[in-house]
Amino acid sequence: MKEFLRRTPRYFTSPKQADQQIPDDLWKKCAGCGELTYTKQWLDNAKVCPKCGHHERMAAAEWIELLVDKGSWQEQDADLQPADPLNFVSPRNNYAEKVATLQEQGLNESSVSGIAQIEEQPLALCVSEFGFMGGSMGSVMGEKIARAAERAADEGMALVTINASGGARMQEGILSLMQMAKTSVALARLGDVRQPHISILIDPCLGGVTASYASSADIIVAEPGAVVGFAGRRVIEQTIRQKLPPEFQTAEFLLEHGMIDMVTPRAELRGVVAKFLRLYRRSPARA
Amino acid sequence: MTAPELTPWDTVQIARHAQRPHTLDYVRGLIEDFVELRGDRRFGDDAAMIAGVGRFAGQTVAILGHQKGSNTKENLKHNFGSPHPEGFRKALRLMQHAAKFGFPLLCFIDTSGASPNLASEERGQAEAIAENLLVMADLPIPIVATVIGEGGSGGALAIGIADRLLMLEYAVYSVASPEASATILWRDGAQAPEAAAAMRITAKDLAEFGIIDEVIPEPEGGAHLDPVAAIAQVRMALQKHLHAIAVHSVSVLLEQRYNKYRRIGVVHERQATLFASRS
Repeated sequence: MKEFLRRTPRYFTSPKQADQQIPDDLWKKCAGCGELTYTKQWLDNAKVCPKCGHHERMAAAEWIELLVDKGSWQEQDADLQPADPLNFVSPRNNYAEKVATLQEQGLNESSVSGIAQIEEQPLALCVSEFGFMGGSMGSVMGEKIARAAERAADEGMALVTINASGGARMQEGILSLMQMAKTSVALARLGDVRQPHISILIDPCLGGVTASYASSADIIVAEPGAVVGFAGRRVIEQTIRQKLPPEFQTAEFLLEHGMIDMVTPRAELRGVVAKFLRLYRRSPARA
Repeated sequence: MTAPELTPWDTVQIARHAQRPHTLDYVRGLIEDFVELRGDRRFGDDAAMIAGVGRFAGQTVAILGHQKGSNTKENLKHNFGSPHPEGFRKALRLMQHAAKFGFPLLCFIDTSGASPNLASEERGQAEAIAENLLVMADLPIPIVATVIGEGGSGGALAIGIADRLLMLEYAVYSVASPEASATILWRDGAQAPEAAAAMRITAKDLAEFGIIDEVIPEPEGGAHLDPVAAIAQVRMALQKHLHAIAVHSVSVLLEQRYNKYRRIGVVHERQATLFASRS
């Protein structure tokens, strides 16, 4: 025990020095535990730390590659572009400028939608792009989700959504709030034809997305450690002036409180989704 | 009637005025034989959400509304009109109750948002709101919602999907309160007046976006100066809109409700791109 209490550990090489002696891309330092993993091994493990199980965030394209059958992905509604209905001006950066900058970096919008197959089961799939304005839901995301739900209803297939979002897109004001209503009416129709909506909550998922289509799904799966909630930790701490426990709003916290069906490690996700698609598959004659 | 120099932030102050008529004032002024129905049958009874049945325009109706207080004591009792999950689940129970008995539903929106705290998250604030949205989308009864004061965020929308959405002249409706918007956008809640202007939250703005069906005029200076006149204006508007949608069959009603919400949003769509798929 005394060893741990010693202020300066003896006979210890600082890991920082060790870091500097190797190329940047050969080893990946885990954001969760700080341990180093051989980058190729980390990538093969779908960006999950083999030591602590920390799930690193992934871009939409990486999610699609991980989940769907090779060659089955067909992107839909990629033409949908954000407008600036409020003519939103801000002292820092105007909405239109922000969108233009992100699109120059190759990000299209905060949601990528398409049709695909998983283990040869057809599905409509919408994946959040957290890198585009924090995965916020504006008119484009609302429209993509609504169209995907309608497509799934028309073609008799399930809808799977992978959701990471900071909440509503503030720059679209009330129109972004109304996307919660729009996605909900579209999902109600999907329910009317008894096709399932499977919602996969990944880190972080908060605000208007969690308070609409992501939480009204028939099946809700979350990634280990994902932060999921309505109001963010900072907002709550400011409001009630009370420190929140560290496990607050994690996937495990939600499971314990009965809010989700399961916590599934990334490596098992494809198999779990495939199983649901098989179990809930309706023959066209009955649909 | 509107003083032209009124800024959006001024409007927020009128919308939040303590003496402005709140849900229970409208219930007293509009509804005969009102009976409050309480509790979500799951956890508790949330005084931030009023639910009940009564008579309006010659028929039994169901009523839902956020309840703000007119003083500190009332506000503590009603949690400033900010519901916990049990409030939204009480509302859900009443929606299904109204559908079962075929009562039209009148909703009065007046909240700065759902209550943000540990207990709310533990009991599933997001799920409670999400479920109401899904149920209201398909609820087989006429729904008329009126923003009477402050419409804030998902907590407002959770009783706000309707066949007709009305808004009082000095009410506001926004994706987040101006303070929260300023914090999210600029990390500075003190810039709420700027956020109020940038976010386009007044009745006039929402009418321009095509989100509301009617702006209900208020007495000069605001509803708090003449509540009786304000409530009379709301009565006329509710009668008119309930009457107009009562003629529709349930399937037509739901089809129109679907189209009303399905079309909201502004996007650009490039027509030229034919092959947009990635892999």
